[in-house]
Amino acid sequence: MRGDPDHDWADEEAGPVVRPYAVTGGRVRPATEGFDLVAFVQASDHAPGPDQHLHPEHLAIIAIAQESISVAEVAARLNLPLGVVRVLLGDLLQAGLVEIHEPAAAQFPDDNLLKAVVNGLRAL
Amino acid sequence: MDSGRSDQNGSERRRPPMALKILIAGGFGVGKTTLVGAVSEIKPLQTEEVITGASIGTDDLSGVESKRGTTVAMDFGRITINEDLQVYLFGTPGQDRFWFLWDELAFGALGAVVLADTRRLADCFPSIDYFEQRGTPFVVGVNCFEGAQRYSPDAVRDALDLDPDVPVLLCDARSRQSGKNLLIALVEHVAKRRAHAVRSG
Repeated sequence: MRGDPDHDWADEEAGPVVRPYAVTGGRVRPATEGFDLVAFVQASDHAPGPDQHLHPEHLAIIAIAQESISVAEVAARLNLPLGVVRVLLGDLLQAGLVEIHEPAAAQFPDDNLLKAVVNGLRAL
Repeated sequence: MDSGRSDQNGSERRRPPMALKILIAGGFGVGKTTLVGAVSEIKPLQTEEVITGASIGTDDLSGVESKRGTTVAMDFGRITINEDLQVYLFGTPGQDRFWFLWDELAFGALGAVVLADTRRLADCFPSIDYFEQRGTPFVVGVNCFEGAQRYSPDAVRDALDLDPDVPVLLCDARSRQSGKNLLIALVEHVAKRRAHAVRSG
């Protein structure tokens, strides 16, 4: 029972074996503020250099952000907690490896935008 | 926030679409995820937030004893309106103790759909209270479960003590058309409130 080298306890039910913030080195706040759930991430034209000390998770974000993608989708597709993704995005932003487009007008969309949404929903 | 850093290299790159956020709220098991799935163009995705020690101190986490991390899942879906505009639908976490996640979800949100089940009407009180206090526009969708007695929207409105201008619709969370109608009612409600605010302001 004990000492099983195959770690029977570490099945899917057990959840992640590595604590989630291990990939951020224990940091729980991103280096910069922001990163709304529906902010868009897009990899910049700069390729990451070998001296930038990136984790595989950083590279995974760059890989799926070749086309712009929302922060929520980055977290869902990489199966990482949102808070972790935000820390990693902060690193990438500081390193100039991604661009972030915050949803500037989300709070006060104008009438034309609302009409476009209604028409778009009707047409679905 | 959308600063010049977006445009530094290659102005020929297409700008990302604008995204609007709509919340789908209501009690546990009322059909939030079902509704998201019915109208979303993608299979609903799930993001997780781990509540760590960092959340403690700013939020009431009574009931969350461990600082080690409790995971809260949020389902979301997406509707592309056109190439410049997308709507994201976020199902809110059911448990009341995760209110601080609601704050994050509600920040910048266009509005909310509150799903109600007439067999357990009180389950949607916290959602309604939350959006009323926050001033977030919302509509109420009465999910008509099989075997549940049908009530008129007005009866539900009375039971929930809603303001007269809050739309109440009967719905079927499994139906795409029904979900679309809820979202359209919400956006029209937002537009109406906006117009009213402009007139009286």
